[in-house]
Amino acid sequence: MNRYPLWKNLMILGIVLLGVILALPNVFSQDPSIEVSAARRTEMTAGSADEIRAALENAKVPFKRIDTLDNGKLLVRFTSSGDQLRGQEAIENTLSERYRSALTLSTDLPGWVQALGLKPMTLGLDLRGGVYVLIDVDMEAAVGQALDRYVEEIRTQLRDAKVRYTTVSRVQNQVVVRFADAQAREAGYKIIAKDFSDLKLENVDQGGDNLISLAMTPMQEKQLKDFALQQNVTTLRNRVNALGVAEPNIARQGDRRIVVQLPGAQDPGRLKEILGATATLEYRLVDTEHSVADAEAGKVPAASRLYRDRDGRPVLLKRRVIVTGDQITDAASGFDPQSGTPMVTVALDAPGGRRMFDMTTENVGKPMAVVFIENRTITKQVDGKPVKQTQKVEEVISVATIREPFGRRFQTTGLDSSEEAHNLALLLRAGALAAPIQIVEERTVGPSLGQDNIDQGMMSVIIGFLAVVVFMGVYYSWFGMVANVVLLLNLVLIVAVMGLLGATLTMPGIAGMVLTIGMAVDANVLIFERMREEIRNGNTPQACIAAGYDKALSAIIDGNVTTLIAAVVLFSFGTGPIKGFAVTLTVGLIASMFTAITCSRAMINWIWGGKRLKSLPV
Amino acid sequence: MREIKIPYIDYMAQRWKALYLSGALILITFVSLAIQGLNFGLDFTGGTVIELGYQEPVETAEVSQALEGAGLTGVTVQYFGSNRDVLLRIPPSGETNNAALSQKVFDTLAAAAGGKVEMRRVEFVGPQVGEELTEQGGLAVLYSVFGILIYVALRFEWRFSVGAVAATVHDAIIVLGVFSIFQLDFDLNVLASVLTVVGYSLNDTIVIFDRVRENFRKVRKGTPLQIMNQSVNETMSRTIITAGTVFLVVIALYLFGGETLRGFSLALLVGLVSGTWSTIYIASNVAILLGVSPANLAVPKKEGEGAGAQV
Repeated sequence: MNRYPLWKNLMILGIVLLGVILALPNVFSQDPSIEVSAARRTEMTAGSADEIRAALENAKVPFKRIDTLDNGKLLVRFTSSGDQLRGQEAIENTLSERYRSALTLSTDLPGWVQALGLKPMTLGLDLRGGVYVLIDVDMEAAVGQALDRYVEEIRTQLRDAKVRYTTVSRVQNQVVVRFADAQAREAGYKIIAKDFSDLKLENVDQGGDNLISLAMTPMQEKQLKDFALQQNVTTLRNRVNALGVAEPNIARQGDRRIVVQLPGAQDPGRLKEILGATATLEYRLVDTEHSVADAEAGKVPAASRLYRDRDGRPVLLKRRVIVTGDQITDAASGFDPQSGTPMVTVALDAPGGRRMFDMTTENVGKPMAVVFIENRTITKQVDGKPVKQTQKVEEVISVATIREPFGRRFQTTGLDSSEEAHNLALLLRAGALAAPIQIVEERTVGPSLGQDNIDQGMMSVIIGFLAVVVFMGVYYSWFGMVANVVLLLNLVLIVAVMGLLGATLTMPGIAGMVLTIGMAVDANVLIFERMREEIRNGNTPQACIAAGYDKALSAIIDGNVTTLIAAVVLFSFGTGPIKGFAVTLTVGLIASMFTAITCSRAMINWIWGGKRLKSLPV
Repeated sequence: MREIKIPYIDYMAQRWKALYLSGALILITFVSLAIQGLNFGLDFTGGTVIELGYQEPVETAEVSQALEGAGLTGVTVQYFGSNRDVLLRIPPSGETNNAALSQKVFDTLAAAAGGKVEMRRVEFVGPQVGEELTEQGGLAVLYSVFGILIYVALRFEWRFSVGAVAATVHDAIIVLGVFSIFQLDFDLNVLASVLTVVGYSLNDTIVIFDRVRENFRKVRKGTPLQIMNQSVNETMSRTIITAGTVFLVVIALYLFGGETLRGFSLALLVGLVSGTWSTIYIASNVAILLGVSPANLAVPKKEGEGAGAQV
């Protein structure tokens, strides 16, 4: 008799049920949609949906419906990606001043599936269309910049301590300080060792010269690079968020790379503009001697310029800049320990700190402003045609009174909320990139190609699957049908686990799935062929079932494990599409071992295991 | 019970001829690799690829002319799947402003085609990334071969291990040979499929070795060569059926998977045929040549039979 113990049957049933539930959201179709959100300084209103509906109807673009999302954004659903693109054009052309639109794919899930919190598998950019960019961060430049800062600081320190040096310069990855004599060097060494204890110092005598060479420790260099990469990720994320893409993904890859993925985005040019945008900051004094009203009327003093703050109010600022954003080394939000109000702590580099100290000493009690400068792309109507224009936007983001002179580190207080403090810190940090970047890889897939890829990929999977199903049914009769059920279950489990892992399905991923079907079939073929051999040897049907599974097991496991080794190696070495393939293959191999060995045995045990059989339907 | 009657064939009698044939194919591959190499795709060489979809059929010559008219030289133009889909290849250059370049190309062609063209895909890979990929790809193959070598040596015996790896390397070389001789585009997807072939071919080899291992322990009479022959024959029905079903799936991928997967599925098809061949004639042959005998597996281990049934 072939029987599985109850616990085993229950466990298998449990896993299968869980798989089916997890895979469920993928059954529902994904609509090409547009996510509409309010542009800056505007808000979504109750009439927004009607406005968008009117714009779409005017342009004669058919759409399915408009949903209101939890965060107040609107979701316009379309039946085809062509309609979706025309819909975005219609919205951008007429309403781009007030709304931002982003292309996305959204599943049309019934309420009860949504209530379970289930989400479908993410589709890769090759399947849904979008822009992929791989960015290389110039780490050598980041280290170089840091060393240049040291050069500057050491000069200042030595000058302040009145130690006579000949030169301070950067030689490759070292800072070299040259002194006139050994005595000066000794004095200099003390000062440098005190202030730059984190650097590696060394006295060098070279051709009669008295030198001190300073180098970063490997640990410090690693920290610096890490910081530069992290800072760049943050900066890029802030900039990309301004693009209004539905689900942007910005992540570091390895030691020096950043991946930016924008599903649904179509225009890599626009992305590149944003990535390369020279958003920066300037600190300026407020011109309190002249009237703002006069300036607005056109009488702007020669030494001043009229700016506007975020709410559009005019502010008159001095033309002379105190410090610029690239001199900011850090900014963090927090609370003022004395008053408990939100504040932002800003750190400047040495020259910036000196200049800030000089200016604030002279201007205690006067207000100072922070100006945010950014290049923004706006679509405008020119002669009835939409034209993209790059605009330099300069905004005053904060005005604060100088309470006392300060230098390299200072606090900006007087902010309305901790959220504002947080945003300001973000803007200050996001002003400049910590290290120069270069785009080393870029892939853009249009939505029509994405759709083609989905259609073709799915079609080939279905056809391949059907061919196998027919063959197995004909060749192995009822046991073949069991294999088919198990095969289907295998696909369900792959989809479920992929969704659970948050893995992305790509085109090569579909190929991996196809291959898994092949491997899963092989396991069943091995088992059934064994059974037939046992039958030929004249064993009883029940003994044949048991022997078929037992004897095929070692071959199945060895075969799958060797393939698994290849898949894991692929996963650890591959990037992007290869990784997608490796993930599906790995998940598929494990799922196929479970389904082909355990699930098919459970089914066969359950149907035939307890009966007196004369022959086996294999 | 439907069954294909498979005649008992003395496969091993032909083993020298088979070795010569495989040797000849490998030689041809090496000659081709030495002379014309592989036609590496964008992923490895770097550069820009632009896929365009025209609403109406278009001549590649027209496209080339339009590009040359605008001063864009060195662009390779070819069809991609149909005569309405065109693939443009722009070799890597010092110019990094790829977006501007691809936009210029598109604008030029859109003007020439009266706007009836759609940008389907733009891919740009920097030369540096390409180099890294080539290195990583080579390492990936090397590491997986090592991993497999160790695993098979542990589960079987080193002679089997060497046989299995020889068969695998044989298949990888044959696939590379087909891509080199016909100068097909060798991109990242094809590399993935070469690794898949490695996995598939191994699986195939392991199944037969599993039977050889079993027979070495069970059958007391006969030379290793005879037992090998018997094992190949016993597993032949499975070999044919599995290869057949996988073939069905891969053919579906090749025919309906679209142009993007064509290279990938072709490599799989070649690998599938080669993998089945090498299982019989390379893996077993090498193990025999290395002097494998039942004595190597005399100690019956508890692995396999029954022990792992509780999954």
